[in-house]
Amino acid sequence: MANEKLLEIKDLHVVYHTDEDDVYAVNDLTLSLDKGQTLGLVGETGAGKTTTCLSILRLLPDKIGEVTGGSIRFNGKDILGISEEEMRDIRGQEIAMIFQDPMSSLNPVYTVGYQIAEALKYHSTEYKTEQEIEKRVEEMLALVGITPERKNDYPHQFSGGMKQRVVIAMALACDPKLLLADEPTTALDVTIQAQVLKLINELKDKLKTAVVLVTHDLGIVAETCDSVAVMYAGTVIEGGPIETIFGGENHHPYTVGLFGSIPNLKVKTKRLSPIEGLMPDPADLPKGCAFSPRCPKCMDICRTTEPPKVFEGEHMIKCHLFNMNKEVEA
Amino acid sequence: MSDLIYTKGLKKYFKTPRGMLHAVDDINLTIPAGKTLGVVGESGCGKSTLGRTMIRLIDATEGSVMFEGKDINTFNKKEMKEFCKEAQMIFQDPYSSINPRMSVAQLIAEPMIVCKTVSGKKELEERVKQLMDTVGLAPRFYYSYPHELDGGRRQRIGVARALALDPKFVVCDEPVSALDVSIQAQILNLLMDLQDQHQLAYMFITHDLSVVKHISHRIMVMYLGECIEYAETDELYENPLHPYTKALLNAIPIPQLGAKKNIETISGELKSPIEPAPGCRFAPRCPYAKPECMNEKIREIQITPTHKVACTLYY
Repeated sequence: MANEKLLEIKDLHVVYHTDEDDVYAVNDLTLSLDKGQTLGLVGETGAGKTTTCLSILRLLPDKIGEVTGGSIRFNGKDILGISEEEMRDIRGQEIAMIFQDPMSSLNPVYTVGYQIAEALKYHSTEYKTEQEIEKRVEEMLALVGITPERKNDYPHQFSGGMKQRVVIAMALACDPKLLLADEPTTALDVTIQAQVLKLINELKDKLKTAVVLVTHDLGIVAETCDSVAVMYAGTVIEGGPIETIFGGENHHPYTVGLFGSIPNLKVKTKRLSPIEGLMPDPADLPKGCAFSPRCPKCMDICRTTEPPKVFEGEHMIKCHLFNMNKEVEA
Repeated sequence: MSDLIYTKGLKKYFKTPRGMLHAVDDINLTIPAGKTLGVVGESGCGKSTLGRTMIRLIDATEGSVMFEGKDINTFNKKEMKEFCKEAQMIFQDPYSSINPRMSVAQLIAEPMIVCKTVSGKKELEERVKQLMDTVGLAPRFYYSYPHELDGGRRQRIGVARALALDPKFVVCDEPVSALDVSIQAQILNLLMDLQDQHQLAYMFITHDLSVVKHISHRIMVMYLGECIEYAETDELYENPLHPYTKALLNAIPIPQLGAKKNIETISGELKSPIEPAPGCRFAPRCPYAKPECMNEKIREIQITPTHKVACTLYY
């Protein structure tokens, strides 16, 4: 049961066609997630995290965003191959998404109760009648820690943390098997962030929902995830069970840089060691390894050839450094 | 050690239809030259208002801000202009705080033209190039416009603008919170280097406790307009006293496995700062709240010469 694959993404490529260029947002992305597990998707702005989530739900902007290669399998079903109608049954019902900004993902002119009921009305096969839906809405609000009487309130009457709870309630209303949480706490204060993370963790255990948690905060990953995928320029450059990313010796230089950039509360450092330079323009990716222009350990081969994926058990690093023998590495 | 800037009973209230909003309430702080005071708190606690009152972008309701021994709230127009050269601000959002229709060079030159600190085009040009070099902007960006630059570089423009007049005191209002971690570290390093070189005093406003620890010498924790704890950085992190400070520290996710097993959270959210009830403003969320917390104004208790806390637990 534990090792059943719920979500499998293989060699996914996504391109955005803009007026000027083709933007290569996701390049050769491979991910998998077991039932009931949490995967942390880490990376900086523009790494392709949100695009990945949108392609899982087939919500890429029409005509602009295009999946140009690879496959996404959800529960054994090929998501990219099914019809739009079948897809609509999956959305909300089996895969739900929490969007980044709770302030703008709720409709200001409808009550929150109405908005949660709407999700049920369109997607749920379980809750059909009005009474059932009404009951479920109250149940969901209680679950996320809001008194059910507030279902007739409008979004502006809630604070940021409360709105995010409403969005979570909406996403979980139909008992999805997979929850895509796109930076669910970035817009919130730390104490509220802790409350929301605790809530997601508790609900995950209670409802056995698998979660893809998109974040740029490695601290959040350490506290909530079972496995991690570090993304850079549209591809996973390091991935594996959480112990291999936060422990172990071999890491991708970018992962090392990410850790070096965070001021650590426990250790006193004089200076931070940031990664020099900037994320490459996804419309014009460098040849070879996308990280090579910023990499402190860049070699000649990095600028010409795309690095292979090197596996150590379940731990994957996409870097030339680890492709060679130990002697060369030292 | 002489204090460059200090406040006495600083208050800023805003009139709202529902009553007085106590944004900043009775703040006493001091910042010596060349040091950094970190101001921490959640959104809505009055940090930004405090920062703006410190350089008189808004006038204080009561109390005074003393800069080099003079009260800035009594300055006339001419004195204010002189003060502007000494005290500058770096704004939070590099996307909305600079004019998109001005080039990098124009943006950096603007404060010097306004305050007439340079004479002649050639000197101005030289000074702009020198500032670009100081903040790490390549000369090729001289004629670029903000939309061509990413957030980190835009924030460098903001830093250059603040430094253009050689200030002694800079208010940094969440200068890195809109940036990615790797870029955030670059800007933090830059700010610290500049402090060493120019003996700048910073007031560093942020909600990020790990950033503030890294950069500050002293820290003030704010809650709903009031200072609830004030201490040297190391003292605060080693021995946080106020329940709110403890909760804040506890809420930070640590990027280490097994650093924390259980996420302990405080319940509830910030109450409204409009006409707050007497007594401790944190009491409704506080796990240790006692009846006496609700009654009168909470006194500040001096625990050590460098550590103050406003909490009945330490009476």
